[in-house]
Amino acid sequence: MEGAAEVSGVLGILERLDRRWVFLAMALAVAGPILVMGLTRKTLPETPTDASRAVFRAVQSLPQGSTVLLAFDFDPGSAGELEPMGVNMARHCALRGHKMVFISLWPLGGQMIDQTIEKVIRADFPQLQDGVDFVNLGFQAGNEQVMRVVLTDFKRAFPTTKSGRATADLPILQGVQRIGDFALLASVSAGYPGSKEWVQYVVSASGGKLPMVSGCTGVQTPQLYPYFPGQISGLLGAIKGAAEYESLINAWVMDPANAAEWSGRGAASGAPMVLPPKYLEAQRRMGPQLGAHLLMVVLILLGNLVYFAQRRAQRRVAA
Amino acid sequence: MSEEPRSPAIVVWAIIVLAIAAVVGLRMGFGDGMGRAYAERVEMRATVTSAASPGSERFVEWVEWRSVPPVEFTRAVRDNPAQERVQLSIAHTAGLWIAALLTLAIFSFLYRDNPAYRLAEAIVIGVSAAYWGVIGVWDSLVPKLCGALAHGWTAAHILPNLPSPTVQSQIGMSIALALGVLLLLRLVPAVGGVSVWAMAFIVGITAGAKIVSHVESDLLAQAVATMQPLVQPADGGLWTGATLWASLPNVLVVIGVLCCLTYFFFSVEHKGVIGGASRIGILYLMITFGAAFGFTVMGRVALLSQRVEFLLDDWLWLIDPLERRLLDGVSMIVGTGGVW
Repeated sequence: MEGAAEVSGVLGILERLDRRWVFLAMALAVAGPILVMGLTRKTLPETPTDASRAVFRAVQSLPQGSTVLLAFDFDPGSAGELEPMGVNMARHCALRGHKMVFISLWPLGGQMIDQTIEKVIRADFPQLQDGVDFVNLGFQAGNEQVMRVVLTDFKRAFPTTKSGRATADLPILQGVQRIGDFALLASVSAGYPGSKEWVQYVVSASGGKLPMVSGCTGVQTPQLYPYFPGQISGLLGAIKGAAEYESLINAWVMDPANAAEWSGRGAASGAPMVLPPKYLEAQRRMGPQLGAHLLMVVLILLGNLVYFAQRRAQRRVAA
Repeated sequence: MSEEPRSPAIVVWAIIVLAIAAVVGLRMGFGDGMGRAYAERVEMRATVTSAASPGSERFVEWVEWRSVPPVEFTRAVRDNPAQERVQLSIAHTAGLWIAALLTLAIFSFLYRDNPAYRLAEAIVIGVSAAYWGVIGVWDSLVPKLCGALAHGWTAAHILPNLPSPTVQSQIGMSIALALGVLLLLRLVPAVGGVSVWAMAFIVGITAGAKIVSHVESDLLAQAVATMQPLVQPADGGLWTGATLWASLPNVLVVIGVLCCLTYFFFSVEHKGVIGGASRIGILYLMITFGAAFGFTVMGRVALLSQRVEFLLDDWLWLIDPLERRLLDGVSMIVGTGGVW
C-alpha cells in the first residue's frame, strides 16, 4: 500500500475488516441452508447441462446386462463432492440391470467402494449377487502401470478381489480379457491418478473404442472439459454435476412410464416409488453452494468497490 | 494469520464460542441427546480354501460389529427390550466424538494458530504417514514382490489365493528389487552414487511412457477436436439464426486456440494484428482462470458443507436429512420425551 490514502465511511470499514468476519460469514452462508434444508428436507430444482445428460445417456443406452467398469479414484478427503456421483452411477447401473466391476487406484478407494455397495446395492438391490452381478476388486498399486496392464490383461492387474477371491474364475469377469471388453468405463476421480490418466493411457490407446464417462472434483473439471465430447462421452463437474445427474435419474425413476425400463423395488412390487433421502444428497448440497456463491459474489463486488475507492483516495492525496 | 483482533472483536468471538458450547451443552442435556453411534452384531462364517494346498478347506467364524443408524436401535428395542443384537457402540461413539473435535480443532485455525490446531495437524500427518507405510507393505511389497519371488511362503502364510507368478513377472520383480536396493544405497555415502542408476531408470521409463500418451491424447486428439467446420448448417437453411447459433461454439474455439497460441508466440513483437490477437488470447486465458477459480470454490464449499453436515447431523443431531433417527424438525431440536 503506497501512501497514506485511507478510504472513509462504510467502504473504509470494509477496507480494514478483519478477515475472520469473512470466514464467519462463509460459515453462516453454508450452515444456514444446511439447517433449513435438513429440517425441511427440501431441495433446489436442477437444470441438467449437456455434459451431465451425456453421462445419463451413456449408461442408459447400454443394453441390459452390459458390464461396466467403475473406477473409484478418490478418498474421504473428496467424498463430499464425489461420493454422490459414485452412489448415483452405481444406482443407475443397478437400475438398468448392468453388471458392475469396481476398481480403485487410490488406497482408500476400496473402502469408498464398500460404502457405496452397502448404501446402494445391499440396501436397495439385495437380489444382486457378489461376484455375479457386481464385484469390488479394491485398490491396486501402480498408477499408470496398472492402466497399461489392463489394456492387454485385466485379470493380471487385478488377480484377486478386495476380499481375496481369485478373479480368474469369477462369473462376472467371464468374457473379460482386457479393458476394451467392458461396455463402459465410468471414472470417479479426485486427482492423480484419475480421469485424466484414464483418458491418456487407456481411452487414447483403445483408439476411441472404449466409451468413458467421468465424474470429477471442481478443481479437475477445467482440465477435463477439453476431452468432452471427443474423448469423454459425458462429464459430471463437481457437486453441481452430481446434483444434475441425480435429478436426471430421479426424474426417470419417478416417471411411471419408465417403470418397465428399470429393475428397482417399485417396479418389482408395483408400489409407487418413494425416493429415499440418500438419493437426494447431491441436490441437498446445492443449498449451501447457493449461499456460499451469493456471498462470494457480494464479497467480490465489495472488494472491487473498495479497490476503486482506494485508487480515488490515492489520486486525491497525490493531487 | 498474525493480526490480532481488537478488544470489541474478542468479546464478539468469545460470545460465538460460548454460543457453540451452549448448543453442545443443551443438546447433551435436553432432547434426544447427541453424538451416539450404534452397531449391530453380525456373526460371520466362511470357508477358506488355499491355492497353495488345493483340497484343504477350513471353516472360520468371527463376529463383526457393523455401524447402523440410531433408528435401528429404536426399532430393535421396541421389538424386544432385552435384545443385544443392536447396541450402543463405545468404539464408534468415541470415533464420532474424536472426528467432531478434530474437525473443530482444524477449523479453529481460521481464528488463529493454536495448540488444538497443531495437535490435529500432527495427528493427520502421523496417521497419513503410518497408513501409507502399511499400504506400501501390504499392497505392493507383499503381493507383488514377495508374491513373485517367494510365492509358496506368501500363499501359505499371508495371501492364500495369490495366483502363481509367471517367469516374466519373476524376472521383472528381480530387476525391481535390484533397483530398489540401489536406491537405498543412497544411505551409504561410500557407494551412494549408484542410486542415480535407479533414478535414471525411473526418469527414463516415466518420460517414455508419458510422451507417447500425451502426444496421442493431448496433442493429436486435441488438434483433431479443434479442426471443426466453422459453419454448422442447421434446419431451415444456411443463413438462419439456428445455423449461427450452432456455428458459434466452433468459431469461438478456433479463435480461442489461435489467439492463445499467438499470446505465447514471443518471436514477434505484440503490435498491430498480432497485439490484438494476443489481447484476445489474454481474455480467453482470464475466462479460463475465472472458470477454474469458480470450480475450485464450488469444490471447497462442497467439502466444507460435508463437514458442517457431519457436525449438525451425526454429532449434534440437530438435523436428520437422511432419516436415520426418523424425527421431524421440532422433535430434533426439543426432543421426543426420552424415546432413547
